[in-house]
Amino acid sequence: MGNNGDKKLNIPSPRQRPGDEPDFDNVDLPEAGILKKPDIFAESKDMFDHSMGLIRVLNNNNEAVGDWNPNLKPDVLRKGLEKMLLTRLYDDRMQNMQRVGKMSFYMKCRGEEAVAVAQGMALEFKDMLFPSYRQQGLLFVREREMLAMMNHCLSNSMDNCKGRQLPIMYSWKEGNFFSISGNLGTQFCQAVGWALASHYKGENAIASTWIGEGTTAEADFHHGMTFAAVYQAPVLLNVVNNQWAISSFQGIAGGDLSTFASRAIGYGMPGLRVDGNDFLAVYAATEWAAERARQGGGPTMIELFTYRAAAHSTSDDPSKYRPEDEYKAWPLGDPVDRLKAHLIKLGEWSEKQHTELTEKLTIQVTKTYKEAETYGTLNSGPRPDVKTMFDDVFKEQTDNLRRQRQQMGV
Amino acid sequence: MAKMNMVQAINSAQQVMMEHDANVVCFGEDVGYFGGVFNCTEGLQEKFGEHRVFDTPIAEGGIVALAIGMGVNGMRPVAEIQFSDYIYPAFDQIVSEASRLRYRSGGDYWAPITIRTPCGGGIRGGQTHSQSPEALFTHISGVKTIMPSNPYDAKGLLISSIENDDPIIFFEPKRLYNGPFDGDPNKPAQAWGDHAKGEVPEGHYTVPIGKAETVRRGSDVTIITYGTMVHVALAAAERSGFDVEVIDLRTLIPLDIECLAESVCRTGRCVVVHEATKTGGFGAEIMSQVQEECFWKLEAPIQRVAGWDIPYPHAFEWEYFPGQERVLEALNKVMEA
Repeated sequence: MGNNGDKKLNIPSPRQRPGDEPDFDNVDLPEAGILKKPDIFAESKDMFDHSMGLIRVLNNNNEAVGDWNPNLKPDVLRKGLEKMLLTRLYDDRMQNMQRVGKMSFYMKCRGEEAVAVAQGMALEFKDMLFPSYRQQGLLFVREREMLAMMNHCLSNSMDNCKGRQLPIMYSWKEGNFFSISGNLGTQFCQAVGWALASHYKGENAIASTWIGEGTTAEADFHHGMTFAAVYQAPVLLNVVNNQWAISSFQGIAGGDLSTFASRAIGYGMPGLRVDGNDFLAVYAATEWAAERARQGGGPTMIELFTYRAAAHSTSDDPSKYRPEDEYKAWPLGDPVDRLKAHLIKLGEWSEKQHTELTEKLTIQVTKTYKEAETYGTLNSGPRPDVKTMFDDVFKEQTDNLRRQRQQMGV
Repeated sequence: MAKMNMVQAINSAQQVMMEHDANVVCFGEDVGYFGGVFNCTEGLQEKFGEHRVFDTPIAEGGIVALAIGMGVNGMRPVAEIQFSDYIYPAFDQIVSEASRLRYRSGGDYWAPITIRTPCGGGIRGGQTHSQSPEALFTHISGVKTIMPSNPYDAKGLLISSIENDDPIIFFEPKRLYNGPFDGDPNKPAQAWGDHAKGEVPEGHYTVPIGKAETVRRGSDVTIITYGTMVHVALAAAERSGFDVEVIDLRTLIPLDIECLAESVCRTGRCVVVHEATKTGGFGAEIMSQVQEECFWKLEAPIQRVAGWDIPYPHAFEWEYFPGQERVLEALNKVMEA
């Protein structure tokens, strides 16, 4: 190592590792309700506070406060709660089934259900979704048949991806839900292209895309931000800052140096930093950005500040790299608990109703799963017809593929 | 019919398609107002407006991602990568996205994009403006790879590409833009106006993707080649004293193996020629497939003429370039056996 005076290189590391007492004292938490809601055509340079602060609506007393309160009707709030709860119960069941060998892989979104559910609800059905792999809540919001989701995860005879994709890499064209890649960030600038085309066709549909905070280091992030800003594309560029990218904490992506949302300012677009566990704040920020995009105001980047309560996937054990119960110390709580408490505070929900809903959804998930298994599982079959594995490489099967299929005898 | 060089033919193809289909858009670095560094989009912005022909930020990965997103939403983007030497930042978008989208989504989503990119050397471009990276793309399942050798094919194949629903990498041998080139840099430059393939219809026509063309009939030996080397091979064939058949692949993937096998089984001898580096080049694939089909008819081992396995050296361009002498050497060798 060369001598460079007293200066040291910085290799960021999280404040706590396994065995340490988790705490988030360093996380600055502005109070709910203090940030003003600007006009949808506000200039990004006047919105620096929104990228450095934190848009919060639910306060510590479970009340909705401030300018950003979206004033949603109780029915809408109950729907949000139901979809988040369903997402969680679905995840639990599917992860368990992965553990007993029914599928190859699974990824939960525990702790960040409000991101996909609230954002999905704030968007219109015609809006195109370019998600990463942890926004399964979008599918529930759009009423994707749970059976179809399970069939896909089981790679069974009814899998709409024909057994070609890992579980959770959903694709649903009728629901305007783009095929999930698995290569991180590739969809970020694709969403910009889709949004431009929508504008060309005069369709008034916008695009919304999601990546994690770790993926902001990829060139795709820069491409998406640059192209969206340059062309003023009607697109929402969401960064889900769930603190962890497998075992790498957000500081490895530069998150300790400035907020992820603040990066938007340099590109000339608003960056909204939002409490990602606050259903109302996520909804309000998304609604604002969507309205701005739809009316020609251009793109917005939204940082959803949350915490990945589960493992990255079924392939890693988070207790190897972070305190096991760190999620319990997350200062912004749990999105399901918080929306539930808010509804109860409003007198629009009760513990009894919650228990009943949980039971009802659990039965629905269990029953649907059993039905899905009747169409097969990855290991026991039936799988999709094996000869279809040579289809869809090109629109029409080329001669070499036909010969290879014949060589295989199918 | 009009006399066109390859630049004009490529320009004309885009113009025809933009008139034909409102969903066709053209973009890339310097593509808009300036008309592209090789003028392949000259005048198109003026004609079709800056929403349909536009400049992009200098980000090849972003350009291809943008094209994919537009393609998914029903458009037919034609994206220019200024030099194929610059295509690597877009590799992920091509390999992981454009090529697999239809497959991974079970046929639900696809992106009918055409990526145009000038390739090859012979213009004193040094190692960053001379590469022939086609083999990196022929190895991918799900993209079609095309390299025309003349204005007529360039226009017809580009129109076919834009109309095609699969992603296409369209290589344009830049040394051929202004005229055919037989590999001799000391001869005065030729123009396409004197060449039969410089006669190009002004309107819409297509050249089929996946079909090779036999550009010289012969019975002694078959040269299989594409791009700039078609003209080098033809010149070497004339000088060789042998009755040489020359096949211009035009499309690399899907490969017209039937045409190649028919010819080589008939002549019993084969030389494969390309400008790209030898090891792992597309020539290796051609040789492999040809011997699978023609082994018992072969009179001699198949010979291969290619660029050396080195980066394209600026000062030694013509030592690198596989010119007529190297093709003749291979022809002699294959005929001696």
